[in-house]
Amino acid sequence: MALVLTEEQQLLRDTATQFFQERLPVANLRKLRDTRDATGFDRAAWKEMADLGFAGIMISEKYGGTEFGPVGLGLVLEQAGRTLAATPLVSTVLLCGSAVQLAGNATQRQEILSAIAAGERIMALALEEGPHHNPSRIATRAEADGTSFRITGKKTFVLDGHVAEQLIVVARTSGDMNDRSGITLFLVDPKADGVKVTRTHMVDSRNAANIEFNNVSVPSSAVLGSIDGGNDVLEQVLDIARIGLSAEMLGLVQQTFDTTLAYLKERKQFGKVIGSFQALQHRMAVLFAEIELCRSVVLDALSAIEARRNDVPLLASLAKARLSDTATLMTNEGLQMHGGMGMTDQFDIGLFMKRARVAAASFGDGNFHRDRFANLEGY
Amino acid sequence: MEALEKFRQETRAWLEENCPPSMRTPMTSEDETVWGGRNAKYKNPEAKLWLDRMASRGWTAPTWPKEYGGGGLTKEENLVLQQELRRIKARPALSSFGIWMLGPALLEFANEEQKKEHLPKIVRGEIRWCQGYSEPGAGSDLAGLQTKCEDKGDHYLVNGQKIWTSYADKADWIFCLVRTDPTKKHDGISFLLFDMMSPGVEARPITMISGASPFCETFFTDVKVPKKNLVGELNKGWTIAKRLLQHEREMISGMGLGGVGSGTGLGGLDQVAKEYFGEVDGKIASAQLRDHITRQKMDSKAFALTMQRSAEEAKAGQGPGAASSIFKYYGTELNKRRYELLLELMGTQALGWEGDGFTDDEIGITRSWLRSKGNSIEGGTSEVQLNVVSKRVLGLPD
Repeated sequence: MALVLTEEQQLLRDTATQFFQERLPVANLRKLRDTRDATGFDRAAWKEMADLGFAGIMISEKYGGTEFGPVGLGLVLEQAGRTLAATPLVSTVLLCGSAVQLAGNATQRQEILSAIAAGERIMALALEEGPHHNPSRIATRAEADGTSFRITGKKTFVLDGHVAEQLIVVARTSGDMNDRSGITLFLVDPKADGVKVTRTHMVDSRNAANIEFNNVSVPSSAVLGSIDGGNDVLEQVLDIARIGLSAEMLGLVQQTFDTTLAYLKERKQFGKVIGSFQALQHRMAVLFAEIELCRSVVLDALSAIEARRNDVPLLASLAKARLSDTATLMTNEGLQMHGGMGMTDQFDIGLFMKRARVAAASFGDGNFHRDRFANLEGY
Repeated sequence: MEALEKFRQETRAWLEENCPPSMRTPMTSEDETVWGGRNAKYKNPEAKLWLDRMASRGWTAPTWPKEYGGGGLTKEENLVLQQELRRIKARPALSSFGIWMLGPALLEFANEEQKKEHLPKIVRGEIRWCQGYSEPGAGSDLAGLQTKCEDKGDHYLVNGQKIWTSYADKADWIFCLVRTDPTKKHDGISFLLFDMMSPGVEARPITMISGASPFCETFFTDVKVPKKNLVGELNKGWTIAKRLLQHEREMISGMGLGGVGSGTGLGGLDQVAKEYFGEVDGKIASAQLRDHITRQKMDSKAFALTMQRSAEEAKAGQGPGAASSIFKYYGTELNKRRYELLLELMGTQALGWEGDGFTDDEIGITRSWLRSKGNSIEGGTSEVQLNVVSKRVLGLPD
């Protein structure tokens, strides 16, 4: 197990730290929000991230990737979490890149992975159909029609859905709504006839969309992986995303903690800095402990993917549950300790709280993952 | 790497030959723990044999230097030894405050004569030690201790009272914090060793809420102590005391992992829940309890990973990371929660005190639940630990 970083990884972390601090600070997210930016992220910055190798971290060198691996990607995501950087890392790299890597045929891999690594394609996974993460409950259907398929259904909370140049749609090709088998992944052009994309404005000012598919025709070459066998791939892809999001939340939590600690050392009441009050000191010490545990869990989960260990699902649920819950706790405590100033839009703490909630709800919150953990453990 | 593999093979062969069969079975009760000492009693003669064999190689204190009776092993070799011991499920040959707490302090602070005198006897389990730290008026504020130690020319004279002295009634010697300068606080404390058989020493066991009496009140009335028994310099004992507390806290924090001292033959939390609450389609019948169990398991796993990370960081030369400062606090709180959860899972079967109607395992849980309450009090309360983190790690002001 690698709970300690190698020199190469430390270097990557330093590069990422510098990039996000200088190029995509929190002010960047504010600007996107305040100008109602149509894209919702900074395309030029994304291209720079690709040039730094961030977009191709999980992609092999023969497709133009850098192969730094999951631990490397985790480090980048953690730094992105510290500045609330709005990027297509989750949608395009964690979700869709992983899906193509795991299930794509040679042609699909060559064409799609090279484009992702170069920062030239934004992709989105159309999965959810309700307000709660539920990957095994899929009502969207894909009916065979000769050699092609016709997709009909409604998807919600599709990250980067309104800017994606290509979608991966999770649809049912057989079985009932709650069957785990009978699910197939399709590559779909969002400009195809019958696709209706509606951008949603989320509380975290990040991109998402609702997408309707009305009898959308796709050729059989658009199938990603095997027909009816999409669930296995989907579970692996989701675990990668859950762990990646946990890494992002680790950065978010650490930044909120650091900011709050600095505020406690600066804000004065009753003639002394409020950080001298034991009521606040003990809460910060408890949060410090929680975050140390978070860091261990995230590192171990990332190295589990890297080493292809068979406990990846268990660690994904452990990490996502712990980080979702700690992100909620830390941002609530951070806001409270900032007092009235924490309630203002001028202070960043509110932005961190908003992002924490969306990240927590993405691909399963604490409740979802504790239930899954118990199922995996057989009780 | 090759040398280490050779060491593993030799160790495995030696253990195979020398660890008696009954020492490879789980202990069934607390009184099977081997503490050594002048008055040691062995229910099972193989326990004594196992101790003597391990001590003959210095493996009761594997990393101590050979010249003081230790095993002289490197950290890596010791890791191999521990792995091999676990592999055959060997019982600890010796449990000892001398090994866990006093020894490391002596190695760092004692003079050559003291090391030669005391360390080998600790390794062989000949002398059992107790710790004289807390006093009725000096708990969390340990440095406020008042036990008086006067210089009488050719000896010291000790008067005062200690409390919470673990196994003082069974120990042979005590390592004791005494006040040698009443005009100063931290700089007026010294670290003294003396024989519990000395005239004027009296230990009275205290009955605890668990019904057990592992702790004593210890009284010193005109106890004469040879001057050679002072460790380190006069009035510099606080440095030694603090170092020793670190060892103690590390020892206690391991409890949160749920294996140590849990006294349960009932299996994991989920198994206990299925047996005492029932299951439906393989799931624990209560969704609430199932969720509580998962929270506990997740915290426990996260804590274990953090201890592991800290060990790996130390090995990589990154020093004891900030993470280690939370171990005592988190580990003990985790252990307390675990016992509260066991009580919820087992209902009234975990609320028996003695006699018919309850198995030994069930009574064991009840007693351990009561004992666990002390974890976050002894060796620095949780509140003191949080103060330490706030001030030393987070840099928050007074």
